[in-house]
Amino acid sequence: MARVVVDVMPKPEILDPQGQAVANALPRLGFDGITAVRQGKHFELEVADDVDDATLAKIAENFLANPVIEDWTVRRVEA
Amino acid sequence: MRVGVITFPGTLDDVDALRAVKYADGEAVPLWHGDHDLKGVDAVIVPGGFSYGDYLRCGAIARFAPVMQEVVEAANKGMPVLGICNGFQILAEAHLLPGALVRNHKLHFVCRDQWLKVENNTTAWTTRYDPGAEILVPLKSGEGGYQANEETLRELEGEGRVVFRYVGENPNGSRNNIAGITNARGNVVGLMPHPEHAIDALTGPTDDGLGMFLSLLDSVVKA
Repeated sequence: MARVVVDVMPKPEILDPQGQAVANALPRLGFDGITAVRQGKHFELEVADDVDDATLAKIAENFLANPVIEDWTVRRVEA
Repeated sequence: MRVGVITFPGTLDDVDALRAVKYADGEAVPLWHGDHDLKGVDAVIVPGGFSYGDYLRCGAIARFAPVMQEVVEAANKGMPVLGICNGFQILAEAHLLPGALVRNHKLHFVCRDQWLKVENNTTAWTTRYDPGAEILVPLKSGEGGYQANEETLRELEGEGRVVFRYVGENPNGSRNNIAGITNARGNVVGLMPHPEHAIDALTGPTDDGLGMFLSLLDSVVKA
């Protein structure tokens, strides 16, 4: 078994109102100096050893992310 | 005219959609998400709600339901398909319509009666409207912001495929004030507002939405 991390982020040109709301809250909470926040999704998959990278890319591209509005990355990490 | 209305886990507006079909003198046929079966219908409505709890993304899981595989196949052969609200999100996720729906720009869930301008009255669902007609129907969504890349927007605008546009202040940050679009063929239409809630002045703000279901009747009878 391996652990695979898929990160999904809104594309830079897509408005991210949730990230903006977080960014706007920070100064109110007394945290200055943070100029922008973008909010995405982080998936951790426990994957059998025979699942290849092409399959993982397909899962990310066709299901975990919507490529119209989101970019994704897949990486294998130490479990 | 037999019109199917799909129920997914978490669908809310299937009952009103079935009722709207009956108001237009159609035979309303309930369809189940888990069936590979359209029950011989002439058209399909994918109604609003929160299919699969909106988990992952709105419509992302519903898109893979067995019944949706049949809908995609039938739509590609020309069957009229209408997606309302969550149904629009599902049709976008299923690539029957371009673009995507994202969180409203001001983050609030919007629930109000909304004026729309009918910009394309040649689709299977809009022939009963005069071009440029303004209609008042409910809008109730938290993720109704229509997003697409510049090339797609140019294509939609250039080919007259923006079917409905918000009148007045943009309620959700949709690009170009887009409330509803159609595919190149004009048989598939998706919109965020709810025509099925505006078919009788007794229960809705107007009966302006009924025209969509009467338009369908015309297109099915003609076909």
